[in-house]
Amino acid sequence: MIGRPDLWASYIWPSYILTIGGLIALLVWSWTAMRRAERRADALKRKS
Amino acid sequence: MHRYANPTRFLKIARIATPLTLALGLILTIAGLYIGLFASPPDYQQGESVRIMYVHVPAAWLGSGGYLGLAIASATALIWRHPLATIAARAIAPAGAAFSAICLMSGALWGKPTWGTYWVWDARLTSMLVLLFLYLGYLALAAAETERGGERKGAAILALVGAINLPIIKYSVEWWNTLHQGSSISITQGKSAMAPEILTPLLVSVAGFTFLFAAIVLMRMRALLAEQRVEARSRRLAEAVA
Repeated sequence: MIGRPDLWASYIWPSYILTIGGLIALLVWSWTAMRRAERRADALKRKS
Repeated sequence: MHRYANPTRFLKIARIATPLTLALGLILTIAGLYIGLFASPPDYQQGESVRIMYVHVPAAWLGSGGYLGLAIASATALIWRHPLATIAARAIAPAGAAFSAICLMSGALWGKPTWGTYWVWDARLTSMLVLLFLYLGYLALAAAETERGGERKGAAILALVGAINLPIIKYSVEWWNTLHQGSSISITQGKSAMAPEILTPLLVSVAGFTFLFAAIVLMRMRALLAEQRVEARSRRLAEAVA
């Protein structure tokens, strides 16, 4: 049986928050940059 | 390989692969981190701090693995002048830098309760910090070369020269007397010194982070290719008007 871990005492939450926050920021930045660039490319293709 | 290195063919595959890798990455990462946080036991030596390994180790592997990808893509760009290789290198660099930074910061947070300090100038830690600086140097040089409209040879050469740091990271714990622990997993021998209760969430996290890394690289490549298309079309339109 695994007891309830003390996640604050050993810097566990800070490292998870940092990692998950960093991953979300990287994913959102990559996704929005991709969508913006592809929309611009499609708009220019229709225009020409 | 050259068949799929065609940008149009690559985009066709990338449009299918992006949501797949993203979904797999999210599912496996959430599962790995949940098991690591709530369903795995504490380590007999490290105690609860072992849970930091489920984010630290995948970030370290992808920081180093990403650099290997960056070096291979740069070599391909330099030797065969393949445009997709340059795009791949430019897409890998920010993801690799972010994972290296996560590795260093989560390692510092693990070091405080375990070693009593956030940082030591240990061979493994220092070589990992050098890796982050190499990524940042590559990003800065690639951005400067793009702005000047050059061939981006300097950034590719820097990526290749920096690859010498990869064996130093890997073997630093064997070559020098370091505070950082040695390898617990041997991929070549298929052996692990870890208990299955700790190894399972670690491998699930590694798989999840790897898929997320792949999704980020694919998204960055698609963005860079679209930007190139916009640039080329704008140039053609401007020439037609003139």
